[in-house]
Amino acid sequence: MKIIVCIKQVPNTNEVKLNQETGTLIRDGVPSIINPDDLAGIEAALRIKDTRDAHVTVITMGPPQADVALREALAMGCDDAYLISDRAFAGADTWATSGTLAGAINLLGYDLIITGRQAIDGDTAQVGPQIAEHLGIPVISYAEEINAEDKTITVKRQYEDRYQIIQAQYPVLITALSELNQPRYMSVGGIVDAYDTKEVKSLAYVDLEHLVARENIGLKGSPTRVKKSFTKSPKGKGELHQVSDDESVEIIIRKLKEHHIL
Amino acid sequence: MSKHVMVFCEQRDGVMQKVSLELLGEGKKLANALGQKLIALVLGHNVDALNQTALQHGADEVIAVDSEYLSDYMNEPYTKAMTAVLKAEDFEIVLIGATAIGRDLAPRVAARVKTGLTADCTSLEIDPDTNHLLMTRPAFGGNILATIICPEHRPQMASIRPGVMIAPEPTAQSNGTVRNFPVEFTPADRNVTILETVKSAKKTKDITEAKVLVSGGRGTGKEGFATLEKLASALGGMVGASRAAVDAGFAEKEKQIGQTGKTVRPQLYMACGISGAIQHLAGMEESELIIAINKNPSAPIFDVADVGIVGDMHKILHKLIDRLERLA
Repeated sequence: MKIIVCIKQVPNTNEVKLNQETGTLIRDGVPSIINPDDLAGIEAALRIKDTRDAHVTVITMGPPQADVALREALAMGCDDAYLISDRAFAGADTWATSGTLAGAINLLGYDLIITGRQAIDGDTAQVGPQIAEHLGIPVISYAEEINAEDKTITVKRQYEDRYQIIQAQYPVLITALSELNQPRYMSVGGIVDAYDTKEVKSLAYVDLEHLVARENIGLKGSPTRVKKSFTKSPKGKGELHQVSDDESVEIIIRKLKEHHIL
Repeated sequence: MSKHVMVFCEQRDGVMQKVSLELLGEGKKLANALGQKLIALVLGHNVDALNQTALQHGADEVIAVDSEYLSDYMNEPYTKAMTAVLKAEDFEIVLIGATAIGRDLAPRVAARVKTGLTADCTSLEIDPDTNHLLMTRPAFGGNILATIICPEHRPQMASIRPGVMIAPEPTAQSNGTVRNFPVEFTPADRNVTILETVKSAKKTKDITEAKVLVSGGRGTGKEGFATLEKLASALGGMVGASRAAVDAGFAEKEKQIGQTGKTVRPQLYMACGISGAIQHLAGMEESELIIAINKNPSAPIFDVADVGIVGDMHKILHKLIDRLERLA
C-alpha cells in the first residue's frame, strides 16, 4: 500500500506573543514544529506500516527550511520525503496549495492519503478536502480512529454531537485529528538515518508542470487575497478591584443586578 | 441574471442547526447592503418543515433539493447538490456554518466551482467602494486578524463559526417562496459507506446557548470546578473551561472555549482562575459582561474584563454562592 502523508511546518502559535506596546507579533525565537494534526497523520500511517506491507511518503509544500520537518518525519520512520518548494508556489491560498499538492501526489502515486485536519497557524481545515477534490477521490474528515484493511479502510469520523463509522475503498483521503493517537518519538537510529542514509527529495514547478497549470499555482492561481492583517484593538480595559473578599462579592452582586442577571 | 446571497441551511435529523439561523440573520444584512435577495439552500429528505423555518428567519426564497441521497450528510452527494445549484444561478456570496459538516462540505464545493473560500470568519462586511465581501478571520491561533477578499471569482464563499453571528427573531408570516431544485443522483455518488451513526448519549445543552457561563482554567483545579458548578446553578448558567483545564482533565472537551474550542457570547461570562491566553480570549471576548477573578493583577484576562477582581477565586466564590443562596 502506498501512503502519502501531507504535513506542514508551522510556528508554535502557543508561544507567539504580542508586543504590548506596538501590538505586533513577536515571531523571533518562536520554534517551528510539525503541525500537531499532521503529526497524528504521520503516526497513523506508521501504525499501518507497523502491521502491513506499506510504504509511507511524507510531503510538504513550503520554504527550504521545511526540510527539518521532513527529516523529523523520516526519523520517526517514514520511508521517503519530498519538499515541494519553488518561488512560483509562494503566496498560494488553500485552492492553489491543494492543487499543487494534488499534482505532486499524482506524480508519486498513492492508495491512501492522510492530512491533518487543520494547521494551527491558519486553522482553515480546507486543504485536505480540496486535495481530494482535485484528485477526484472520496474524503473522510475528522478521523478519530483508523483501521486499514487490504481492500477497505474504516474510519471513526467525529462530529460535534455524534460519530460515524465510515468505510471506503482505496484510494481515499483522510484528515486526522490530533486525538487520533500519541505520535511516537524519533528514534536515535532514525535520526541518524534521516540525515545520513535517507534524503529529502525536492520537487519544483518544473517537475509538476505537466500536472498543474501555471495559472493555478502561487499567488496568481489563488482566488483569495489578504487585504490586510492586523492585531485586535484591545477592548477598553474595565475596572480592576483589589479589595477584601467581602467587598469583591458586593461588587459582583451589584454588577449582576445592574445587568439584570439577578 | 440577478445575483443573490446564499445561506446553506444545515440540518441534522431534520433539525435546523442554530448556526444556520445565525447566518440567515447575517446573510440578510449583506443582501440588503447589496440590494439582493437572500436565498436559503435546504438539502435533505422529507425536511419540508425547514423551508418555512428558513423563510421565517429572513430568507426571500428557499431552494430545496430533496433526495434520499441527502437524508444523512455525506460529502459527495451534498457537494454534488450544492454545486449544481451554484452553477445554475449567479450567487454573489455563499455562507456556510463552520461545523464538522460545513468544514467538510465548503472546501470541496469551493474547489469544484473554483472559487475562494475563507474559513471560520468572525466578521463580514461589504466594502462600500468595491462591493467586495470583506471576510475577517482570526489566524495564528487568534493572535492576529486577517481580512480576506475574493476579488475575481464568484461566489465569494465564507464559513462562519457557530455563535459569532446573531440569529434573528422568527416572524410569524413570510411572503417568501419555496422552489424545488431537481438533482440527479446515481449510486456511485455514495462513494463511502456509513456503517454506523452513534449520537452522543447525553443530550446536554450546548455551552454556546447558555446566557450565563462561569469558566475555569488550569489553576481552578478539580475542586474549583465543583464550586463553579454550584455557582452556575445558582445563576442559571453553565460551566465552561479553558483549553488548559480540558487538557488537565477538569472539564469535558465540549466545554472548551477558545480558538480550538467554541466561541461564546453570553450575557455574563465569569472567568474564574483563567489567566486569559489569547486563544481563550478569542472565544469569549464578545460576551456582554465579563467578570474576571484572578490572583495575578497583571493576568491578560483583565484586559478584556469589564470588571476585574484581584483575589482568591475559591474564597470569593464560596462567599458569593452563600450570598446568592440567601438572595434566592
